[in-house]
Amino acid sequence: MEKVFERPKGLTDAEFHYCPGCMHSIVHRIVGEVLDELNIIQTTIGVCPVGCAVFMYEYMSCDMIEAAHGRAPAVATGVKRVMPEQVVFCYQGDGDLASIGTAEIIHAAARGEKISVIFINNTTYGMTGGQMAPTTLVGQKATTCPRGRDPEVNGYPIRVCEMLATLDGPSYIERVAPTSPASIAKTKKAIKHAFENQLAGKSFSLVEVLCTCPTHWKISAIDSLKWVEENMTPVYPPGVFVDR
Amino acid sequence: MHGLCDLRPRMPRRSDRGLEIALMARKLMKGNEAICHGAVAAGCAAFFGYPITPQNEIPEKMSTLMPDNGRAFVQAESEVAAINMVFGAASTGKRAMTSSSSPGISLKQEGISYIAACELPCVIVNVQRGGPGLGTIFAGQVDYFQAVKGGGHGDYHTLTIAPWSAQECYDFMPLAFDLADKYRNPVLVLMDGIIGQMIEPAELHPVEVHDYPKPWAANGARGRAHNIINSLWMDPKTLENLNERLQAKYEEAARQEVRYHQYMTEDAELILVAYGSTARICRTVVDLAREDGMKVGLFRPVTLFPFPSAQIAELARVGKRFMSVEMSTGQMVEDVRLAVNGMADVAFYGRTGGAIPTPTEILDKVRATFGKPPSISHYPKTAGPEDREVSH
Repeated sequence: MEKVFERPKGLTDAEFHYCPGCMHSIVHRIVGEVLDELNIIQTTIGVCPVGCAVFMYEYMSCDMIEAAHGRAPAVATGVKRVMPEQVVFCYQGDGDLASIGTAEIIHAAARGEKISVIFINNTTYGMTGGQMAPTTLVGQKATTCPRGRDPEVNGYPIRVCEMLATLDGPSYIERVAPTSPASIAKTKKAIKHAFENQLAGKSFSLVEVLCTCPTHWKISAIDSLKWVEENMTPVYPPGVFVDR
Repeated sequence: MHGLCDLRPRMPRRSDRGLEIALMARKLMKGNEAICHGAVAAGCAAFFGYPITPQNEIPEKMSTLMPDNGRAFVQAESEVAAINMVFGAASTGKRAMTSSSSPGISLKQEGISYIAACELPCVIVNVQRGGPGLGTIFAGQVDYFQAVKGGGHGDYHTLTIAPWSAQECYDFMPLAFDLADKYRNPVLVLMDGIIGQMIEPAELHPVEVHDYPKPWAANGARGRAHNIINSLWMDPKTLENLNERLQAKYEEAARQEVRYHQYMTEDAELILVAYGSTARICRTVVDLAREDGMKVGLFRPVTLFPFPSAQIAELARVGKRFMSVEMSTGQMVEDVRLAVNGMADVAFYGRTGGAIPTPTEILDKVRATFGKPPSISHYPKTAGPEDREVSH
């Protein structure tokens, strides 16, 4: 019988540790498929974050580096500058990229580093137990804002794509929300484009993926998809912000 | 500068044959510049830096020297980013370095801890200034504890070497990269503002670049399983094994890599212990003290970690007294006392806050240990109120 679907070679045999309904699994698989399809497993060096995706190095079959919290774009810069012929990507969450690592991501983008960044925005610090993230929505509850995010106390969520789109360095910035089979396909297209850009010698690419965290949102996996569409997309509208 | 007498015998004389060749090979430069030339000679593939005084000549020089030699240079957005760029470049197996001065080195400690944990080779240059806090831009030796006791979080050490001249700034960079590769450990080149800024002759002789196999490098998984550079271990036994491996490595370095210089210690009753620019000053003090009829010598640790404890212990065993002289309120003196382990008296003299001890004031402290009154000055005293002196 013809095999029509299999595990991409870009992924190892290790089982994901993610919660049911978490989208890290989907995005990991997409990255694995893209490495496979572009035939770049042997030439890619990935940099993973501190956060729920900290163990990503176990799941990808390319070489991997586990960076300190927020520092992945700086680590990736170091790799790419001495190995310009290799493909280098960062995979970061919102606490990692948009809070402790804001300097690193802004300056990697401003320098136009020839790297591809996958940015997972699920509005929470998943691994440490659901604390308020820089992307937590106004009014949204978290363990460090149990009465809901109050702008008077906590300020406002950061829109990373819009912020980085003001810079001349990036060649490609897109936000996607993989809440349906169609938008999952769109997410793959975006992530593949970010890698293709790098192979074409283009500068910094970033794809922000609006993701679910049913565990800390304390809703079902199905409801969390709806929650992304109803609550996140109005604040973080999907779309292409830069493509040049 | 005090201590220049060290170099006099090696300066080319008019009558020398081959003077032209000698002059061509020896160039006047700052210690900071010599660091750059030494790094390039050692095959450093990437430099990542950030401006801070008194090390600015290093990133400035590297911004052209590196690309002109086909190497990478990035001015990072912060000290934190710079050390993490080093982390990335070192992960691929390429020789990489950064430089900074005291407050910037504090910022790098997070990255240095990760680099030590991942057992990555790299070189970090600290051109020390006075502290704490912003402190001063003038020279200090106040980061000794940070340099040799770990620096960042976790149970690790950086191998630490301390040049005392522009020549050693050049010579120690290939040594630093070799030690880093050999031990898969970050190596700290601990200078001070004087060594970085002082202009003196240095010979940029050819250097043999050693190639160390790096099967662990994350440089593309071609024809092998994927490599992972990581410092996270959830299994206590695995992490304990890593820590034991690190400690074994430091013990091996203590057996193999201890370096030091001695000057007139053989018949000395009192041995001054000093590194970097303070050792240069103390060498002058030894000569002055000998003219004064006191048997004084100089012991200069070149590796601060591993520290030449056994050698100092041996000197204590045969009856020597010691005085640690530092531009700090007393840091290296603790390692001297640990080495001596109660076998001999260990005195301390230090100036801090950017003040530099003069040979005369050190000589007076030496005279005091011989029960003599302060000397008639050989040198005018530098500015600075007496109450800034620190002695214990």
